[in-house]
Amino acid sequence: MKLWLFATLTLALLVGASCFIGVAEVFGADLDGQMVMLVSRLPRTFAALLAGGGLALAGAVVQMSVQNRLVEPSLVGTPESAMLGLIVITVLAPGAALMVKMSVAAGAAMLGTLGFLWLARHVPRKDPVLLPLVGLIYGGIIGAAVLWIAWTTDLVQYIGVWQSGEFSGVLQGRYELLWLVACVGALIWLAADRITMLGLGEDAARSLGLDYRQTLLAGLVLVSVIVAVVVVSVGSIPFVGLVVPNIVSRWRGDNLRRNLPLVAWLGAVMVLGCDIIGRVIRFPYEIPAGTVFAVLGAGIFLWLLYAAPRRAHG
Amino acid sequence: MIEIENLTVSRSGAEILKDVSVKFGAGGITALIGPNGAGKSTLLNAIAGLIKPEHGRVTVGGCDMISARPPERASHVALLAQNEHVTARLTVRELVSFGRWTHHHGRPQERDLRMIEEALEAFDLGPLAERRLDALSGGQRQRSFVAMAWAQETPWMLLDEPLSALDPRHVRGIMDRLHELTRPGQGQRSIVIVLHDLSVTARYADRIVAMKDGRLVTSGPRLLTMTGGMLSDLFGTGLAIETVAGRDVVVPS
Repeated sequence: MKLWLFATLTLALLVGASCFIGVAEVFGADLDGQMVMLVSRLPRTFAALLAGGGLALAGAVVQMSVQNRLVEPSLVGTPESAMLGLIVITVLAPGAALMVKMSVAAGAAMLGTLGFLWLARHVPRKDPVLLPLVGLIYGGIIGAAVLWIAWTTDLVQYIGVWQSGEFSGVLQGRYELLWLVACVGALIWLAADRITMLGLGEDAARSLGLDYRQTLLAGLVLVSVIVAVVVVSVGSIPFVGLVVPNIVSRWRGDNLRRNLPLVAWLGAVMVLGCDIIGRVIRFPYEIPAGTVFAVLGAGIFLWLLYAAPRRAHG
Repeated sequence: MIEIENLTVSRSGAEILKDVSVKFGAGGITALIGPNGAGKSTLLNAIAGLIKPEHGRVTVGGCDMISARPPERASHVALLAQNEHVTARLTVRELVSFGRWTHHHGRPQERDLRMIEEALEAFDLGPLAERRLDALSGGQRQRSFVAMAWAQETPWMLLDEPLSALDPRHVRGIMDRLHELTRPGQGQRSIVIVLHDLSVTARYADRIVAMKDGRLVTSGPRLLTMTGGMLSDLFGTGLAIETVAGRDVVVPS
């Protein structure tokens, strides 16, 4: 009960801070405060919460699916694949609707992640660090293809936008796609037991009566949609899906039915917190939330690797 | 009754099971013995319906395990595979309750909760129920997994080397418990278990299924089938059965 109170309070506090921190004064005379709030601050706040919560959930699903604690979507090539889809559709049909672009990105993310799952079957599981390394290289190769296409078609500036998660451009009417993340999050929560069972290993899950392939595939679709939506609307934010589920797992274990709300909450408040830090640290200029999180996330990741006992496989 | 007819299983071109036909009667403990690489684990997986064979048939209690849907499979057979690692950090109680998942799909009823408590009690896990699996010793973890398989409440339990990493006291604890479970009476289970300790086999098994190089060597009641000569042939090293203090033990000859 206390936990929920604490969670609600921090969320409220950060949302409040986010609504009133920024270059334009909400209570200033020169701009209509109400308009600033509705058009920019609230959408920006929601975008950060949705992207953060969604990526954290995606990370939890990926970790259970490949049975490795040290991976997340951006360490299995998912955002890079989404970008590949995006750049291809941008070249082929520059005027396509956002929904079309997002669908293509989600489809590409799905194929790319499937490719990684196939690769993962052949990676020895003895050393848990090996899998994220393979994923890093795999994502790097796809990323290189994206860069090459962008370079030859003069679209390199798009890549910067997709790669660095950033909320200063979020305006009413340009972020609503992110609410899809909330729907996907609800679906993930419905499948929480099944996803936990993926983390018991294929043999155990199947003998408990789980349709393993179907569950794996469904998880993959949900993760791909989240990542594609985030990449399309605010840009990829690495480390959220890695760090957040690991913190929650150390703290409260992996019973996802119980812990997924916490995972989503922690991802949401951490990303919003990073966005707020990014707004004030060089005021009146801004630092992208993704960059702030990457610095924080790298620190926590190193701590997880070295300071905490190595239990990537439990 | 488990019936296996002409079962052939291949993986990456190599035949792991070659034309195996065997029947397991209900009740009692059936020990699956044989040297490493004999195909024992593969046979268990095939019985549980987790492997698609080249050809052959597997039925458990009349249910064709090869074509059965996952929930139907899981209502006939609980398989405890050899698990090296588990990513999910669960408490013992959470793990055991997943044994009931096929019954409640996330909404445990009174009966499910009762079975979970019974499983914890049956395998002496009461004091450990709220501990996380990664904070347990190998033996305690193994008992938790056996309890999960038991909680699944299937007529058949297939256990793949559940005694590895257990000290003698826990081996005895688990085997005594499994022995009780297979006696006639309410809630009687039938167990197929892969064993490497032949003295444990001699003490607890009602029936023997011996395998080597993917083929069935022999099967039958332990008292008739398990002889020093058979074991020596099976493992390719001299073995004899001696009686010490009224119990059969297997020793090198």
